[in-house]
Amino acid sequence: MISIGLEGSANKLGVGIISHPHPNKPAQILSNIRHTFISPPGEGFLPKDTAMHHRSWVVRLVKQAMAEAGVSIADIDCICYTKGPGMGAPLQSVAITARMLSVLWQKELVGVNHCVGHIEMGREITGAQNPVVLYVSGGNTQVIAYAEHRYRIFGEALDIAVGNCLDRFARTLEISNDPAPGYNVEQLAKKGKILLDLPYAVKGMDCSFSGILASIDLLAGELKANPDKRDPITGELITTADLCFSLQETVYAMLVEITERAMAHVGSSQVLIVGGVGCNERLQEMMGLMARDRGGSVYATDERFCIDNGIMIAQAGLLAYETGFTTPLEESTCTQRFRTDEVFVKWRD
Amino acid sequence: MEVDTSLSQSSSPVPLPLILQRPSVPAILIAQGAEALLFRSTYLLPSLPCALKYRPSKPYRHPTLDLRLTKHRILSEARVLTKCRREGVPVPGVYALDEGAGWMMIEWVDGEVVRIRLNEWLSRRAQEGVPQGVEDGKLVGLMRRIGSAVGRMHGVGVVHGDLTTSNLMLRPVPAEGVNGGGMLDGEIVLIDFGLASQSTQDEDRAVDLYVLERAFGSTHSKAESLFTEVLGAYEKSFKGANIVLKKLEEVRMRGRKRSMLG
Repeated sequence: MISIGLEGSANKLGVGIISHPHPNKPAQILSNIRHTFISPPGEGFLPKDTAMHHRSWVVRLVKQAMAEAGVSIADIDCICYTKGPGMGAPLQSVAITARMLSVLWQKELVGVNHCVGHIEMGREITGAQNPVVLYVSGGNTQVIAYAEHRYRIFGEALDIAVGNCLDRFARTLEISNDPAPGYNVEQLAKKGKILLDLPYAVKGMDCSFSGILASIDLLAGELKANPDKRDPITGELITTADLCFSLQETVYAMLVEITERAMAHVGSSQVLIVGGVGCNERLQEMMGLMARDRGGSVYATDERFCIDNGIMIAQAGLLAYETGFTTPLEESTCTQRFRTDEVFVKWRD
Repeated sequence: MEVDTSLSQSSSPVPLPLILQRPSVPAILIAQGAEALLFRSTYLLPSLPCALKYRPSKPYRHPTLDLRLTKHRILSEARVLTKCRREGVPVPGVYALDEGAGWMMIEWVDGEVVRIRLNEWLSRRAQEGVPQGVEDGKLVGLMRRIGSAVGRMHGVGVVHGDLTTSNLMLRPVPAEGVNGGGMLDGEIVLIDFGLASQSTQDEDRAVDLYVLERAFGSTHSKAESLFTEVLGAYEKSFKGANIVLKKLEEVRMRGRKRSMLG
């Protein structure tokens, strides 16, 4: 079976085509393309502009994905789209496209939970069997484990997502949003050495990032006003690279800690990192050190699958479609709020 | 506490602090959580058992941050325990600590955790064919003792942060002994204050109760119906407990998890 997936819950528009040749064989990625709406430095992406970006690019992307995959309309079994969670206007643009294709091509629709899409793609690519999942992106921070047909949320961010914290700090520093603000924070952090004191907010398996953002913004403001600020211990000049370094070291330590707690709780030694922040090499490295001490391993993917993409929607949608799940046209809505544990995972034991 | 002698000191997955390298009585690893190892050892005399909680350094964390967190957590746990002890809340006493080296030595509590005793009692009754709600005076008594112990802790300004039946011990009362009393007898002792904090906010207290209620629901569903007994005893245990119970209604309504934006 072959499905096409459309994703546009945030500033990335993705179209992917996947094939499940046989139940016991790995999925084949026929095409996976993406176009990103990039806002100017110091600004975030607004729903209105992002939706406009998606509307103007989606037809081109679908055509290109079909051509790259070398499939015809007749080969496609179902059209999968992101039902939520995400930003309203961009989600709507993509849902409308999916509906239009469904009517035009006479194919069934499958509404997909964005978070489940990330998890299923991560499992498919890495081959992790039953991992604890850390889902970290601009809009989500969740520690998830599978139990009885649901992806259950063990811990999550109580306020803003970790990616949002990093992105907003990039805005404070007015660094480029190309290819992604978090990526540029990561590159700067590689040059940092001095660890500055930031709040550390872990509550059981939950965590909070808004206080850390306020705190690092304050430090950035002080540094701007007084560029000769020195570290009281080493006497070295503090740079913006040190700020990025401190921010990363603190928030990633929090994420690894809550993941470890969830692993101890469910007795798993595998951990899978998905979502845009999952590309971060330092996070992957820290997670690897933790997993090694627990006698386990960490599974992560690269930017093709970590960052929002169409193929993950096609993958999760096709898994659901194979169990007989479809979304009737009149129910093919989208929603900004759609929790990971609301989805009944019929395709797993 | 459960003692698993198969885990000896030599099998410890991390390098041990000096205090555990040359003890007069070999330390036995009892439990390994996400961030702490619990050993059974002795304090001052070979005949005085103690529990040693060791927070090993985490290689993934920046050393400065690691030291800061370890110090902070050991000190705050010890402070909470000392406060409870001073105010008469049943918790293990603190013997010694070294926050720089990452360990804390506390009183050894005899007995078993409520989770094990309760499950044994429930399964034994199920085997004997005693229907639920019949002759459960012992269970009601246990639930009330739990409620008043939690209430006393909240009354002195401490919230536990991780109240489950695994963090409640039943210490045998010397006069009765395990045989004379029964499976559900004994004094409730609150343990593992690793996530505890000092707070008098009704919200925090209500979340504590909610976590305990959910723990009963998920691990002892047969005893869940008697959770009202816990709350009944809790209400009588300190001034202001009734406000916490009202708050608990709110906490239940929203659940722990909110619906969130993508």
